[in-house]
Amino acid sequence: MALDSKVPGGPIKDKWTNYKDKINLVNPANKRHIDVIVVGTGLAGGSASATLAELGYNVKAFAYQDSPRRAHSIAAQGGINAAKNYQGDGDSTYRLFYDTVKGGDYRSREANVYRLAEVSANIIDQCVAQGVPFARDYGGLLDNRSFGGVLVSRTFYAKGQTGQQLLLGAYSAMNRQIARGKIEMFNRHEMLDVVVVDGKARGIIARNLVTGEIERHSAHAVVIASGGYGNVYFLSTNAMGSNATAAWKIHKKGAYFANPCYTQIHPTCIPRSGDYQSKLTLMSESLRNDGRIWVPKNMEDVIAIREGRKKPTDLSEDERDYYLERRYPAFGNLVPRDVASRAAKERCDAGYGVNATGEAVYLDFASAIERYGKEQAKIHNIQNPSKEKIIELGEKIVEAKYGNLFQMYEKIVDENPYKTPMMIYPATHYTMGGVWVDYNLMTTIPGCYCIGEANFSDHGANRLGASALMQGLADGYFVLPYTIGDYLSNDIRTGKIPTDSPEFEEAEKAVQDRIDFFINNKGSKSVDYFHKKLGKVMWDKVGMARNEKGLKEAMSEIKQIREEFWKEVKVPGIANEMNPELEKAGRVADFLELGELFAKDALMREESCGGHFREESVEESGEQKGEAKRNDKDFAFVAAWEYKGEPADAVLHKEELEFKDIELKQRSYK
Amino acid sequence: MNLTLKIWRQKDASSKGQMVDYKVTDISEHMSFLEMMDVLNEQLINAGEEPVAFDHDCREGICGMCSMYINGEAHGPDRGVTTCQLHMRMFKDGDTITIEPFRAAAFPVIKDLVVDRTAFERIQQAGGYISVNTSGNTQDANAIPISKHAADEAMDAATCIGCGACVATCKNSSAMLFVGAKVSQYALLPQGQVEAADRVRNMVEQMDLEGFGNCTNTGACEVECPKGISLENIARMNRELMKASI
Repeated sequence: MALDSKVPGGPIKDKWTNYKDKINLVNPANKRHIDVIVVGTGLAGGSASATLAELGYNVKAFAYQDSPRRAHSIAAQGGINAAKNYQGDGDSTYRLFYDTVKGGDYRSREANVYRLAEVSANIIDQCVAQGVPFARDYGGLLDNRSFGGVLVSRTFYAKGQTGQQLLLGAYSAMNRQIARGKIEMFNRHEMLDVVVVDGKARGIIARNLVTGEIERHSAHAVVIASGGYGNVYFLSTNAMGSNATAAWKIHKKGAYFANPCYTQIHPTCIPRSGDYQSKLTLMSESLRNDGRIWVPKNMEDVIAIREGRKKPTDLSEDERDYYLERRYPAFGNLVPRDVASRAAKERCDAGYGVNATGEAVYLDFASAIERYGKEQAKIHNIQNPSKEKIIELGEKIVEAKYGNLFQMYEKIVDENPYKTPMMIYPATHYTMGGVWVDYNLMTTIPGCYCIGEANFSDHGANRLGASALMQGLADGYFVLPYTIGDYLSNDIRTGKIPTDSPEFEEAEKAVQDRIDFFINNKGSKSVDYFHKKLGKVMWDKVGMARNEKGLKEAMSEIKQIREEFWKEVKVPGIANEMNPELEKAGRVADFLELGELFAKDALMREESCGGHFREESVEESGEQKGEAKRNDKDFAFVAAWEYKGEPADAVLHKEELEFKDIELKQRSYK
Repeated sequence: MNLTLKIWRQKDASSKGQMVDYKVTDISEHMSFLEMMDVLNEQLINAGEEPVAFDHDCREGICGMCSMYINGEAHGPDRGVTTCQLHMRMFKDGDTITIEPFRAAAFPVIKDLVVDRTAFERIQQAGGYISVNTSGNTQDANAIPISKHAADEAMDAATCIGCGACVATCKNSSAMLFVGAKVSQYALLPQGQVEAADRVRNMVEQMDLEGFGNCTNTGACEVECPKGISLENIARMNRELMKASI
């Protein structure tokens, strides 16, 4: 099947407006007869559920947590971008569009990104109307901060808990519709398959995670909003339950999976401390506004620090290597995430890591504290303040800005980041790849949509900070509710979809068989054993830097782990009860397939772009020596994979990317 | 360190539960409490026993999924943390740790340490929202200036993660801190004031229907709240309720 992105014609700035004017609508009386299933209740799924219900559709929403408000969007800290230009610093829809395409290393679809930038301002208006308590200045107007990879301040925030507040906003909108009966909420439920009837997505099979009961749910359309697949690495900043099962199940039923190798490794996470580690904790990138990243210049100092003979604060300015400021004078500590992460890895690989594992660099607030302290002394008219006074005043400002992050760091690491620099290291955070969707956010299964992090669409090969929240809410509040209407307008006479068809029967049986297999297998190793093994292969060979040899090894090793998993996995307990190990087994089984496709995609893409770095593809000379080298001639396409059984047999379909409104250039942050 | 764990085991909502003793060894002080539980569960699985069910998800203190009543305190002995942020450095080698589910009539046990907190959902469905549809035509976000003070206070209330520690801690199993925080967030913002009277009436009514107890101003909820939600929110809720009834 040829991929049709269905991008409407006309100039980019008019596409969305003209398109909305022409698509089919469903009249309010008919919406009452149409059901929509939404899987996942994070920012994308939550906002979509609420908006579809407000429009009048009957929504069934599913979450594996005990409340829709606990989806992992809640953990996003830093902020949400919007082209409001409240700061008057030259921001505009075009500039947000441009920054996003450039930040994504020219691997995203222009029309989708432009639309995202266009609706971004509406998101802020909507959220304020819902009662989201964004940070404000003393005049009562909204405050902004700046994030990596851009030259304007367009990020709106609510302390370090922006994701939480936006999700609570979407959740409150859902609650209003749950109370009206327009959303039927299924907490503690997990989707285990999609049901396709006559070529259209018509329902799902879900498991009630409390009783273990397998349920059939039908609808006229199915929306997947189940988030990303970062947990394929075992260790990531995702929640423990974050999984790719819903996305992978639709892939196996016909939805193409796009660009799995585009994964974001976030630069500012708390380093790993031991083998028992269950997850990694991210600290907002906003810290890079004021924190300076460095490692010691001299190896003797590195060794002395690791052995505890020296403290980082003992090193003078010229004994420190502020490597981002050195390599990227224009953007300094605010280079995009992929660049910052690789630079940290480069220093640590060279032996300059500052903790026992050798995988940590410093993030230092001393100069910010001093700068703010001096400024405060001026404001309060304190003449010749002492150094202590300056630090005291400066720490207050830093506390007001990042207090909760500093507290979190201190609780985990047991060190006071006001007095000694933080230690950070990159960790898997976000997946730009995902289910392929067209301009309508529909997958290659008619009637099956995919929104938020679960789809591939807007961030290309790298996502800029504070853009995930923007995309999730744009998809859910402002894009999907329009585009799905166009599809559903053909369903006004269909009537309720029955759940006793052979298709439902068959899908339910396959789900039940797999569960029975896990329970009866009684192997010798726990699910986590396999998940950790997979994670290690992914991190070592499909992590921040990849090469042909490693990727080929990864593919065969993952296949081996998968085969061993199906022989030896051990799931205690029974099927008809709350059984967390059984839940994990199903998710890890899917990761074991996804991981191999991920490596295959990375092997195919013989270029470095965004979060995907191939060691074979770097600039060999000139000012950009050693930086990632993109190959636009051969790889300016979206790689959409069709499922054919074994992941290694997946078939590649290319969506060529056209850049009409932005000139393709090498990303330079120097 | 080596520890003895006394853990509440209960097969399902209708079974009777009991405390069961377990031993774990070589626990690192840098582990989080839940990582220690992972070690126990791996040990149980390998021994052919059923692992302990407990709620958890983000493991960074924001989703509000984790619960557990540890040595008689919701989220354990540290302050300002959820169970997932509690670290083993708070304990000593040789300690015996008692681990129970959150106990409240409105939070029935589902299995082991997992409880049903959907009563909180129904309270919010009763009025924890502003009635505004998504349209793309709402007025500009800066059209109504909101004083920084009010915005910050609303944010402090909105920071509640809905974990239920306040209820579990309260001798009356009262949900006043939770409901107070939700009511306050909206009461402090101009957008929320339009429906303020109906909101507080409906949410308090639902809270009572769910079987939560009354507030007797002990203040334990504020002490145990991982997000430091202030008792002032309860006072504000009472004021709002008073305002709504005259």
